[in-house]
Amino acid sequence: MKDPIIESRRYEASPTRLVVTLGLAGLLSGLAIVSAYEWTRPRIEANHASALREAVFRVLPGIVGLQRWAQRGGELRPADEDRAGERAIYAGCDDRDQLLGFAIPAEGAGFQDTIKLLFGYLPDQRSIVGVEVLESRETPGLGDRIYKDQAFLDNFRTLLVDPEIVLVKNGTKRAAHEVDSITGATISSQAVVNILNAGVQEWSRLLSATRTGSCGQTLEQPSPSGRNATSG
Amino acid sequence: MSRDGQNRRAYQELVKGLWRENPVFVQVLGMCPMLAVSNSAINALTMGLATFTVLLSSSLMVSSLRNLIPRQVRISCYIIVIATFVTVIDFVLLALVPDVHKELGAFIPLIVANCMILGRQEAFAAKHPVGLAAADAAGMGGGFALALFGLGGFREVLGSGSLFGVSLFGAHFEPWVIMLLPPGGFISLGLLLLVLNWVRSRRTQRSEDLVTAQGNPSR
Amino acid sequence: MKSKGARLILQPAPLLRSGLTTPAAMRDVVYALVPLVIGASWWFGLSALLVLLAATAGAVITEWIFSLGAARGQSLQDLSATLTGMLLGLTLPPGLPLWMAFVGGAASIGLGKLIWGGLGQNPFNPALVGRAFLLGAFPTAMTTWQAPSGPAGFLGIIPSNLALPLQQPTVDALSSATPLGLMKFQNQETPLPDLMLGHTAGCLGETSGLLILLGGVYLALRRSIDWRITVAVLFSASVFSGLLHLFDADNPQPIVALFSGGLLFGAIFMATDPVTSPVTPRGAWIFGIGIGVLAILIRTFGGYPEGIMYAILLMNATTPLIERVTQPRPFGRGRPTL
Repeated sequence: MKDPIIESRRYEASPTRLVVTLGLAGLLSGLAIVSAYEWTRPRIEANHASALREAVFRVLPGIVGLQRWAQRGGELRPADEDRAGERAIYAGCDDRDQLLGFAIPAEGAGFQDTIKLLFGYLPDQRSIVGVEVLESRETPGLGDRIYKDQAFLDNFRTLLVDPEIVLVKNGTKRAAHEVDSITGATISSQAVVNILNAGVQEWSRLLSATRTGSCGQTLEQPSPSGRNATSG
Repeated sequence: MSRDGQNRRAYQELVKGLWRENPVFVQVLGMCPMLAVSNSAINALTMGLATFTVLLSSSLMVSSLRNLIPRQVRISCYIIVIATFVTVIDFVLLALVPDVHKELGAFIPLIVANCMILGRQEAFAAKHPVGLAAADAAGMGGGFALALFGLGGFREVLGSGSLFGVSLFGAHFEPWVIMLLPPGGFISLGLLLLVLNWVRSRRTQRSEDLVTAQGNPSR
Repeated sequence: MKSKGARLILQPAPLLRSGLTTPAAMRDVVYALVPLVIGASWWFGLSALLVLLAATAGAVITEWIFSLGAARGQSLQDLSATLTGMLLGLTLPPGLPLWMAFVGGAASIGLGKLIWGGLGQNPFNPALVGRAFLLGAFPTAMTTWQAPSGPAGFLGIIPSNLALPLQQPTVDALSSATPLGLMKFQNQETPLPDLMLGHTAGCLGETSGLLILLGGVYLALRRSIDWRITVAVLFSASVFSGLLHLFDADNPQPIVALFSGGLLFGAIFMATDPVTSPVTPRGAWIFGIGIGVLAILIRTFGGYPEGIMYAILLMNATTPLIERVTQPRPFGRGRPTL
């Protein structure tokens, strides 16, 4: 059997051939990647959207539809189209078409990496009604209890944000603005509280200037399959 | 070479990657994904299958193009081929299993940097016909996936008390947190290497004993 | 390969023959630990003995199983596995589930000693390897402390001890904070007499400063340990914590820093392990000073209230380097090249 490497050594390729080969390889590779991207994109976007919608439904119990809101001309209002670099929040509406509250994405430093979460906020009552961690790399078994420990998540069922949310030692929660920390994961618990405080601070002024009441617009109805996946 | 001989050769190339030249346990290649994503069986299995697919497709491609690629730019061409398949796999996983993709994170794109894959192109696929290259890639990829899956299963059983998310020891299981953390990866991989090397040396010892016994009837 | 009675002497020349053998050295340390064991059972009752037994059993059984197939034969007689198990047991919290203590003993011997090639080959203190493994594996159970019940509760067993293998303790025990925990998280100081006598929460063997000192003096008189290491650890820790106390009065006074946590226990029983500490006198000083400074650094600026374990393990890693740097120079020759 001939060794192909020794074989090819005999015919040194010309520079043109090298350039043409690499160019061709790049072209074919680019084509393959673009077609794979186009082919998978609808599915990927649908996944993102449904994950976000499920999270909004979880942090705002009792809503039946949601709207995307963003800052337009100095105040918050429904805005369906996506503008580059803009931060949006999600308004949840109940079955009588009344605006119930907002799901607000927020992020901040955790113990290991940035924690991204979504929290449900009722501007009238100035309280948080649910928290969902979207992304985190907290320590398995300790820090990841910020989204696995039901007792910790129950802190956020009705949590007043005034004067500010305070983390207290586990089992010593007395007031409605206090959060029981997770034993052994104080830093991660504190991170969640800090992110919530910062998120409330950032949006509450804009939200208090917003007229709440009727949703009044076409609502995006939740897909039945999405709801089922949530409860599972 | 007869057809039968070819088949036997292909079979040998296939099984060598599973045990005798296992990329993880013998060559100790691809340690980065091995340690980083083996904290649960499903992560390990997905990563193993993704690597397997990339290796098999790249080997097929490189082997069939081996006479067209000029020697001077062969490494660049291999990398382009591998990177293309990795990117495609990345999109496919994102579309099909978004949750697992989130866990694996940066390690899917990093398959490109898995030296085992480039190594097989240079050492094998570029010099052999398509059939043999496929057998070699399937063996090596399979060996890698099996090793990764074994480690992932072990770490998940001790670290979370479950396998594929199915709880094994009841609700009051105390998880061995360290097994899910990087030290647990190193400890488990070390222990696995220890056990396999022990088995291997026992086997060699036994076959050597056999040879001496046959060569020297007085014993 | 069996050479009974042969000993490896780890000292630079001149060499003198002495009656010190491995089992004899080990026995001395076991004797020094006896007061601590009695003290631990006085404060924590039967639980202390059970945890100690489980840790020792884990260590001894692992050693026994592995020496079945080892070329050097059975190595239980040198008592080192028993000692490692006891040392590990004394660094565990009294309420630790017994199966975890057993796992810790097995990890000490398996991961800390045997995979390196057995006694004398291990770079890290085996008992502390076992403890570090346990702290990594079961962080909650390893940081749940019980207040000393006193002799009244001698026959009482802390319920969490009895958790089934692989299971969590189902009953939430009344937990209490250690002096260092109180200091770090609640800025509250424990009075010195309590620290001396052991009337505090903590690991089994670390609570009573007086009993540890008693064992330390015995070992130093018997020359079973290198007193330089102990003195260096304690001296550097008190100087460093004294400096920190001067800068910020919130930091504990040196005397309190010395007697709280595992610093004293580590300085006397863990840092002086002849296998993992430097043999040269100058090396012993460097090693000890490193441990003292690191321990206080971790306590003051780290996330953990106690840092002595990681301080010793870190300095263990530097032992070969220290030995090379402090190699005595043969008379009439230049410095050896490193």
